Amino acid sequence: MVSGLINANPIVYQKKERRLRTAPSLPHDDYAVEPIDQQEDPEHPYSLEELKVITEEAIEVDDHHSYVRVIFTPTVEHCSMATIIGLCLRVKLMRSLPSRYKVDIRVAPGSHATEAAVNKQLNDKERVAAALENPNLLDMVDECLAPSYD
Amino acid sequence: MELKEIQRLEGHTDRVWSLAWNPATGHAGVPLVFASCSGDKTVRIWEQNLSSRLWECKTVLEETHIRTVRSCAWSPSGKLLATASFDATTAIWENVGGDFECVSTLEGHENEVKSVCWNASGNLLATCSRDKSVWIWEVQPGNEFECVSVLQGHTQDVKMVKWHPTEDILFSCSYDNSVKVWADEGDSDDWQCVQTLGEPNNGHTSTVWALSFNPGGDKMVTCSDDLTLKVWETESIGMQSGGGFAPWRHLCTLSGYHGRTIFSVHWSGEGIFASGAADDAIRLFVEDTESQAGGPLYKLLLKKEKAHDMDVNSVQWSPGEKPLLASASDDGTIKVWELVS
Repeated sequence: MVSGLINANPIVYQKKERRLRTAPSLPHDDYAVEPIDQQEDPEHPYSLEELKVITEEAIEVDDHHSYVRVIFTPTVEHCSMATIIGLCLRVKLMRSLPSRYKVDIRVAPGSHATEAAVNKQLNDKERVAAALENPNLLDMVDECLAPSYD
Repeated sequence: MELKEIQRLEGHTDRVWSLAWNPATGHAGVPLVFASCSGDKTVRIWEQNLSSRLWECKTVLEETHIRTVRSCAWSPSGKLLATASFDATTAIWENVGGDFECVSTLEGHENEVKSVCWNASGNLLATCSRDKSVWIWEVQPGNEFECVSVLQGHTQDVKMVKWHPTEDILFSCSYDNSVKVWADEGDSDDWQCVQTLGEPNNGHTSTVWALSFNPGGDKMVTCSDDLTLKVWETESIGMQSGGGFAPWRHLCTLSGYHGRTIFSVHWSGEGIFASGAADDAIRLFVEDTESQAGGPLYKLLLKKEKAHDMDVNSVQWSPGEKPLLASASDDGTIKVWELVS
């Protein structure tokens, strides 16, 4: 139902041409970008990259220190989907990256009305673990992530 | 000084959240025992073999909790084990000659139970949950547990509850960045929040994950997502007159040592406190007898980098003459450590 959408008319951007990958040694920034740019927005059939929720520039990968930081930009600043988008990003990275990686996920400064609360929740691993034991939430996450596994 | 790994214990098939030493073991020839709990929904009981000195898993408590088992706690006698789960229940297990039987299930919290703790005399149990409440349960004859108080006051989920080591005073720490102190004032079962240690009184600026008391019970240390440890003090228990509550005050803040969330802190009988953090390291701190006026009163004794392959969720000193340290991790393992010089 279109009238129920939080952002009914999002701006859709061109997907960025991705460099060809040469297995087995990925350029290490693509390593983290590839898994999440194909992810669907929970509200729209567009990928997070097409909506510029995620851009390659907003993903910092430090392979040497096993660290990844993702900054995403919700399409509207009252987006109630921000935590679910963040949860999807975290789950995708948990499933894609070697376990040695530490991952921080944040919304872009100034992009969300409850920025601090969203950031705190997304980086509390106990809340994340509990959320992923909730069958409804897990179904929603899996649905969002499905296109990224194609 | 060095933290020497004695053994690495495998068995859990998901992250290990917490562990608890049985306080009735480790002396008078009774081998050391501890319990561990995990995202794999089970609890494992580990016992040290007195001749080989190595630990083995004696039993697995399963098919009771249907979600993550977040925390576990032994009664002071070591006869009962309480386990708190994301399935919103707390189970009570009785040790009958090495076999563990679930004798009671405590229901009432609306969602995930995150921590459970027995008081010093073993007649009260406290639990806390994401539902923001802390419950106090009284132990009745025949393994019955009656809820005597539901404490509301935290504005966000409550991460841990801990009783004072000698007094019936309860401490809770929360995602709302505060530590609350609860006491039974006057009439029985009239539990009230008697103090809140928050940002205005030099408290933490993010989630408080855990707390632990020194052996004397007049100091406590708290750890937080704000990357600091804080030490608090009160008048020594023997000096308190008239049974009135003596407030706690901030003593010092240890910052600059941790780079990621500190999940666990535990003070040993010898006065060394250990921290376990999301940077995979274990750190030990001791009193700094040469500290300058106004400076931190505790110093880093040692840092064990890469203690685990992933986050360290729990660090606990064993009972007994020469305490060992056990650590539990997201990597699914438990390690037992000895402090050697």
